[in-house]
Amino acid sequence: MFAYYIQLGLRSLRRNPLLTALMVMAIGFGVAASMTTYSVFRATSNNPIPDKSSQLFVPLIDNWGPEDAAQNKGEPPEAMSYTDAMGLMRDHRGKRQTALYPVAPSVIPADASLLPIRESSYAVYADAFAMFNVPFLYGGAWQSADDEAHAATVVIGRKLNDKLFNGANSVGREINLDGRNYRITGVMDTWDPQPLFFDPVNTSGFGDPIQLFIPFTRAIDLKMATNGNNNCNKHAGEGWDAWIRSECVWIQYWTELPDETAAAGYRDYLRGYAAEQQRSGRFHWAPNVRLYNVPQWLDHEKVVPQEAKVSLLVSLGFLLICLVNTVGLLLAKFMKRAPEIGVRRALGASRKEIYAQFLIEAGTVGLAGGLLGLLLTGVGVFGVTLVFDPDIARLARLNVSLIALTLLVAVLATVLAAFYPTWRAAQVQPAWQLKSN
Amino acid sequence: MLQIKPILAALKRHKAGTILIALQIALTLAIVCNALFIIQQRLDRIARPTGMIETDLLTLQNRWVGVDDEKTGPLIRADVQAIRQLPGVEDAISINSYPLRGGGWSTGVRTNPDAKKSETHTTQYFVDDHALATMGLKLVAGRNFRSDEIVEMDPKAVVASSQIMVTKTLADKLFPDGSGLGKVVYVDDGTKPSTIIGIVERLEVPWNSSWSDTFLDNAVLLPYQLTGGGTSYMVRSKPGQLAAITKSVPETLYKLNRMRVIPSERGVRTYDVVRAQAYKSDRGMAILMGVVCLVLLAITAAGIVGLTSFWVGQRRKQIGVRRALGATQRDILSYFMTENLLIGVAGVVVGALLAIGMNLWLVTQFEMARLSLVYVAVGVVALLLLGQGAVLAPAMRAARVPPVEATRSV
Repeated sequence: MFAYYIQLGLRSLRRNPLLTALMVMAIGFGVAASMTTYSVFRATSNNPIPDKSSQLFVPLIDNWGPEDAAQNKGEPPEAMSYTDAMGLMRDHRGKRQTALYPVAPSVIPADASLLPIRESSYAVYADAFAMFNVPFLYGGAWQSADDEAHAATVVIGRKLNDKLFNGANSVGREINLDGRNYRITGVMDTWDPQPLFFDPVNTSGFGDPIQLFIPFTRAIDLKMATNGNNNCNKHAGEGWDAWIRSECVWIQYWTELPDETAAAGYRDYLRGYAAEQQRSGRFHWAPNVRLYNVPQWLDHEKVVPQEAKVSLLVSLGFLLICLVNTVGLLLAKFMKRAPEIGVRRALGASRKEIYAQFLIEAGTVGLAGGLLGLLLTGVGVFGVTLVFDPDIARLARLNVSLIALTLLVAVLATVLAAFYPTWRAAQVQPAWQLKSN
Repeated sequence: MLQIKPILAALKRHKAGTILIALQIALTLAIVCNALFIIQQRLDRIARPTGMIETDLLTLQNRWVGVDDEKTGPLIRADVQAIRQLPGVEDAISINSYPLRGGGWSTGVRTNPDAKKSETHTTQYFVDDHALATMGLKLVAGRNFRSDEIVEMDPKAVVASSQIMVTKTLADKLFPDGSGLGKVVYVDDGTKPSTIIGIVERLEVPWNSSWSDTFLDNAVLLPYQLTGGGTSYMVRSKPGQLAAITKSVPETLYKLNRMRVIPSERGVRTYDVVRAQAYKSDRGMAILMGVVCLVLLAITAAGIVGLTSFWVGQRRKQIGVRRALGATQRDILSYFMTENLLIGVAGVVVGALLAIGMNLWLVTQFEMARLSLVYVAVGVVALLLLGQGAVLAPAMRAARVPPVEATRSV
């Protein structure tokens, strides 16, 4: 029966090509708009480190006081001062921890005929690699002892390794950053978490994969200024030493806490730390601290661009209108066939069979709409570069799951839209239809 | 208009179709109003002037390699000198940032050094005496910096300058009576006074996201040449020479000193490109909303055509009877037009409420402005016209139904 109903459906589609075309196009456009914007939304609201997103935390400490916090709904600054970052590193209360900030060293190739290269780089502690699940192609992270020794070690990305060493195992070799040599301890495999969860403050959440990590302690020794934001609530004073002693915030801090108990303990510790600062006279206010895990942090930093949300909402509204439109057209189409339904019912077809026939017919419309939608989604995903930043647009992809979802949404939505028209069709009184004929 | 009563009676027998068309009109109105409003807001942002003459303007990003940050002063001076001497170059400066670049300095300004809170926010541009000519700024009062006033400065040791230029917006904000020139202000929460020696007509901050909207045209120009690891250059070409200098400037810089990085992406950009990239998402959003509006209107119109055609088909016999009883073609046409108008009015009333509700919700969620009622009015008129246009073809077909139809059985 199923195959027969599909056949009937196809025949009915052909009988009224204009109406059918209208429906298929409405569904196609509606689904394509929704799926295109959804592909961007999905990419930007992605969980970049699913295994550990509830174990990695960003602590925030209010070192500016309630007057400044009041301008930001009472939230502490979204980065840390050097003083607080070092205080937390010294106390070492998490399972692992790292302070980090973006730096801008240039790689000077050994081949003197080549120009210097700049890659996105960060200064971190050794723990960062294990915390963030950084995969290694060769070697590994440097040791905590290297942090303490302020060692000139470096971890480089696969792309940079390809560029400088033609992809060979370069562990133990040296590269020249700004005229100083660094020993390579590891080469990362392709690592491109999106959003770039560990520093949405300086990257807005999306950007090129990081190709270079150097020890935080070394970067401070070399007075490498941050390549990201530096926010001060008052004048920092003159020179490097005044700056790192100031209350200017420019460091991101991450800690790994394996479970809820550890997180609760860390919260207490943060409050205790701030209270201690209050006692010592540095803070003139009660402790105001936060502890965010990865999803909370990405949400707090509003990583999903406003454009992605608004356009998804508008597209869903668009799909809704297309469905209302489809309900109306299906109603017209089905009711036109009232006499035919009357005959079928008179010949013994049950209401259930009428339901089956018309829902399957709607399903074929949905499938046709879905196929058109798929084509248009392909065009749309290609076209998102028009609307979104290239860093974000590159994340929107037409993959298997999106294809399946497009077809599924199209068929389901159409069948859903067909319920009312089908119910009306099933209500057709056989006797009345036959009589009027 | 006397037909309204029978139309309402007939519509009662087609409740589902009536509600569906009205609902579709309502939803379409709600979305189109908000989409049009988003388009207008984005276009307004794109149209904001930077205060500069944007033609014949080139920007470069330069980062020094292997030089201590404090020791880049002479290198930057040499670069600027070399650029200024190039054929085709009108003038050039080294500057910390520029409008639409993103990333720059912002700070508070006060007129009273003892005030606890600054009166307003401003950006700081560190320039020399060539900035007005290079950027194409218009000096409306006072004077430009003199070359002997320019001081080299470590970015980590910036203090307030005794002489500054400010934008007119900032001067008027601090001194509402318009007497800003020659007055003393305190920049960067310091206690060192700065005298306003010049006022420029307009200069935007480097940011174009919403957070800087409150101080968009507040800028202070300081007579400092910053050292440090990186700098921006702005170069004004002689008319028509922009393409030539876009090539020759970076070549000259590399010839002068190889130990630098001018990024391959965004390293060398004409100002047209800077503007296009800065407003890319605003422009894209406007285009996207525009396409959505058009397709939506088309689909709604198609839906109305479809359902009305169905009704006409269903009522051929009744139309025939009316015609046989003396109704003219005009009467039949106006019947269907009026019917559509009634449904349309119901739809737009609900739709206007939906549009306003949707906007109020968007305001709470996305820092959006309140919807101007003009958009609702325009949307209402547009959708009623769309409905009338869509119903015209089926209504004309109905009007052509011959009276003899009354005598035929289906």
